[in-house]
Amino acid sequence: MTGSARRIEGAGLHPGADEVRFQFDGRAYRGQAGDSLASALIANNVRVVARSFKYHRPRGITGIGPEEATGLLAIERATGDEPNTRATTVELYEGLSARGQNAWPSVNFDLSAWLNLASPLFPVGFYYKTFMAPAGAWMFYEHLIRRVAGLGTVPEAVDTEHYTSTHAHTDVLIAGGGAAGLSAALAAGRSGARVILVDENPWLGLGLLGEDARIDGERASDWAANAIAALSVMDNVRILTRTTVAGRYEHGFVILCEKVREAPAGRDDPSPRWRLWKVRAGRVVLATGAIERPLVFANNDRPGVMTASAAAGYLLRHGVLPGSRIVVATENDSGHAAGAHLAQAGAQVTVLDRRDTGTAIAAEAGATVEWSSGVLDIKGARGVRAARAATPKGERWLDCDLVAMAGGWSPALHLYAHTGGKPVWDEARGMFVPGVSEDGVICVGASNGSFDLADVLRQGHEAGLAGGSGATSPAPNVEGARSEKASAAFANLSDAGGKAFVDLQGDVTVADLSLAVREGYRSIEHVKRYTTLGMGTDQGKLGNVNGVRAIAEARGEDVSAIGTTRFRPPYVPLPMGAVAAHQSPDLRHPMRRTAAHDLHEEAGCVWLHAGAWLRPQFYRQGTETDLEAVNREVMAVRENVSIVDVSTLGKIEMAGPDCIEFLNRIYTNGWSTLKIGMGRYGIMLREDGMVFDDGVTMRLAEDHYVMSTTSGGAGAVYEWMTRLLETRWSDLRVVLTPVTEQWFAAALAGPKARDVLARVCDGLDVSNEGLPFMAGRVGTIAGIPARIFRISFSGELSYEINVPADRGAELWQALLEAGAPENMEPYGLESMGVLRLEKGHFVIGREAEGRTNPDDIGLGRMVSSKKWFIGKEALGLPEMTVPNRRQLVGVVPVDPSQRIPYSAHLVLPDRPDEIGGAQGWIASLAYSPTLGHDIALALLEGGHDRIGEALIASAPIAGKKTPVTVVAPHFYDHEGSRQIG
Amino acid sequence: MLLIPCPVCGERPEDEFGFGGDATVQPPVTDSASGQAEVDIDGFADYLYLRENPKGRHTELWVHRYGCRRWLVVERDTVTHELYSSRLAAGEGGE
Repeated sequence: MTGSARRIEGAGLHPGADEVRFQFDGRAYRGQAGDSLASALIANNVRVVARSFKYHRPRGITGIGPEEATGLLAIERATGDEPNTRATTVELYEGLSARGQNAWPSVNFDLSAWLNLASPLFPVGFYYKTFMAPAGAWMFYEHLIRRVAGLGTVPEAVDTEHYTSTHAHTDVLIAGGGAAGLSAALAAGRSGARVILVDENPWLGLGLLGEDARIDGERASDWAANAIAALSVMDNVRILTRTTVAGRYEHGFVILCEKVREAPAGRDDPSPRWRLWKVRAGRVVLATGAIERPLVFANNDRPGVMTASAAAGYLLRHGVLPGSRIVVATENDSGHAAGAHLAQAGAQVTVLDRRDTGTAIAAEAGATVEWSSGVLDIKGARGVRAARAATPKGERWLDCDLVAMAGGWSPALHLYAHTGGKPVWDEARGMFVPGVSEDGVICVGASNGSFDLADVLRQGHEAGLAGGSGATSPAPNVEGARSEKASAAFANLSDAGGKAFVDLQGDVTVADLSLAVREGYRSIEHVKRYTTLGMGTDQGKLGNVNGVRAIAEARGEDVSAIGTTRFRPPYVPLPMGAVAAHQSPDLRHPMRRTAAHDLHEEAGCVWLHAGAWLRPQFYRQGTETDLEAVNREVMAVRENVSIVDVSTLGKIEMAGPDCIEFLNRIYTNGWSTLKIGMGRYGIMLREDGMVFDDGVTMRLAEDHYVMSTTSGGAGAVYEWMTRLLETRWSDLRVVLTPVTEQWFAAALAGPKARDVLARVCDGLDVSNEGLPFMAGRVGTIAGIPARIFRISFSGELSYEINVPADRGAELWQALLEAGAPENMEPYGLESMGVLRLEKGHFVIGREAEGRTNPDDIGLGRMVSSKKWFIGKEALGLPEMTVPNRRQLVGVVPVDPSQRIPYSAHLVLPDRPDEIGGAQGWIASLAYSPTLGHDIALALLEGGHDRIGEALIASAPIAGKKTPVTVVAPHFYDHEGSRQIG
Repeated sequence: MLLIPCPVCGERPEDEFGFGGDATVQPPVTDSASGQAEVDIDGFADYLYLRENPKGRHTELWVHRYGCRRWLVVERDTVTHELYSSRLAAGEGGE
């Protein structure tokens, strides 16, 4: 016998189970196997487990499942506390250690408890009101609010647990393993369909616990046990317990979150803690049950006030009787059923029923029943001591240690609503029920608003069979079910005095909701956000319907006129680890490596992630700093020769007789005169006239071309071109093939590039006449089939050599060997960036940033007036020629020894602090070793006409300002003589 | 998450596809290889920026980005996500 204070011998699912030791707030306790942390705490008579979000009121356990709003604890793990964990969903394990949250020094004695007394000073929406007036109020209160309001603390250490995810396909997915779910699973399983049956609890069939009707001639609990046994041996049925259907999406897609293991992994245990399932189901049966609602009365948040189903559930599941003198406040028969179980276990039970008649089951079990009665108020800040009863004989305090609330049932419609289904208010039954469902989705049992056991089993059975073609079996037969008497009509919530809570987690009271409505908030969605109703980790599973009722009352309208807030996935908080699963930082997305990757690695390169590509940033030698390495590489290109891996550039092969026509339509410049063996640079616009991509297209043969795109644009450009060809110009005879990954490419650049190339070109004429600027040849390099393009990004004499990717490393090695007499070494992306910046070449995504037209970046001359092209119409829009467009300029520091700060805005010298009125910004910045000072490209309002102007480059966050001069966006060899010689 | 029937690859999950918007919208001028485009600027701005947002049946383009990379014309109900039809945008003669 463990946790003996409230444990009833022989009761529960696992009487006499092994002892399990755990700690709460540093004290040692004993529970037993099969306990949840909540049941173990209750068994040990621990009443205060948390402090509330806003007022720091002591809070206990209110529910028994994922609806729990108050019992949020921090669980110690190896890498830090796991915060905001619902005690009701944590399975007890040996050595578990939990802590209370939002309290200091402890939940029992919390120095911030004064907030409760000061609560009149903090009305609803206080947080928002501080934004409005007086000026600066938010600045004053922010510090205070951030410190005292809230939940647990996020751990900062790297999580060392394992997580995993998996995919599955099934004919039927059944959410919920209660009476309806078991019935559905049996019917579907026996028909031969593939079935996945999911339940959030460690055990199936909990919905039938304590049921005294007989099913197919057996006790309900025996029927459930037999059903589970039958399902377990069906090959076509997969049962997932400890698994929550977290989200339901279109076309039968559902996300399941399976808790594989609660306790920390042992040493060398590779098992995951959570597994995320992505399931595509032919049909989804929602047998998610219903959640019991609290009642609304003063101090209904005191530790020891819980739902009646939770109170009975702790007894039936765990053998824990949560009180010895219990008041059950009810409006329906189910409160009597709970009272009967509690009374039979030995508690002294008083049932206060707001109706004037109902079932006799509690009375027969020995409970005192008073009709037309209810609870008004609670005494006992750290645990219920008495309840104020209102009865026909008058009001009086009833001594008690537990108040169980039976405020009616709310079908769990969350999963139903995830795809947009609208819950409908059923006034007669006092609950939201499912409205129209899409095909292939059905709510059965309590989630459908059905509480009669025969109906529940029949609905599950029919849903399990629906659409199935296999064998049918008869629905389970029920005898001895009690017929439920009607629930009471709703009481007026505004009659509740004192602090009567609607949302226990957000500390939202009836008065708060009423005030919000008086302040003009009408829509449930607005009231929710203003008051935080239903915005906690429980998402209003307990409180929302009472909240909707309170708003309806304050507005003087029917509940049906208010509706519910939109339920969105996930149904329960999802561990981030389960979502990330195997995606450790290195595996987050596919890593693309070029064919010369290993050679770069051996050469000591520093890697840079450029999109999905891993590219050499630069190659460090000895003890060089980053800047020294880049300067050396840049000067090697300017003065000697060097090579760079440019395999990442997009490459698209084009074939067909209409390629020239196609190029004319997608590029701004003309292509009709392009000769075989020559290439041309083009810029491509979006239909809105903004620069989209650029690159060189080479004509290899009469009907054969290869287009080069930016590295980042390779996918999008191909997609755009295929869209045009497939949706608009299907008459054009052009075939595109993306070949980026089929080719390796290296650029050999520098004044001595031709000398190096000549050693490996296998007799190809590489003289200036034989291979002029912008020419392309097909031949071999060092015996490797190659395409050689004489094009330049660096501004130097340069050859881009393309070879089949599987021979890329071979080419790279051959070029390095050929350059040995010049001591040639490779350069990286960083140095390439400096070289292009010196030349004033813009880069897509930097200077051409999506709002830049050709004229803005100084390429107006590349826009043909003689033909149509994509984007031409848009260039005629008035906005395209306004004088204050941001245009490309160069920027240099006034004092060449000064650095220009990163991420700087360009501001006027007489108003250097007016960042809001910035004239533009620095888009690219580098130190130019060629020139000996910083250079930058910038986008500046009306920049083309402001050459020579003095501005300030200001980086306010870094606190740096540098006086700069606006110059033309070319810093080096503007005439381009070096690349053509 | 939708299941989209690709005429080339079969039924595939939505995350293999990219969305291409309303398939029925056509540029206001005939694309022409030669000559100046005579454009009504307001009409062109509408073509660029205005789209219907219908409740119900919608004919739209999708590209099978991580599959065959072909463009599809798909008819979908924007409320229920029922998919009525799917065909290659280039038509049967496309390939």
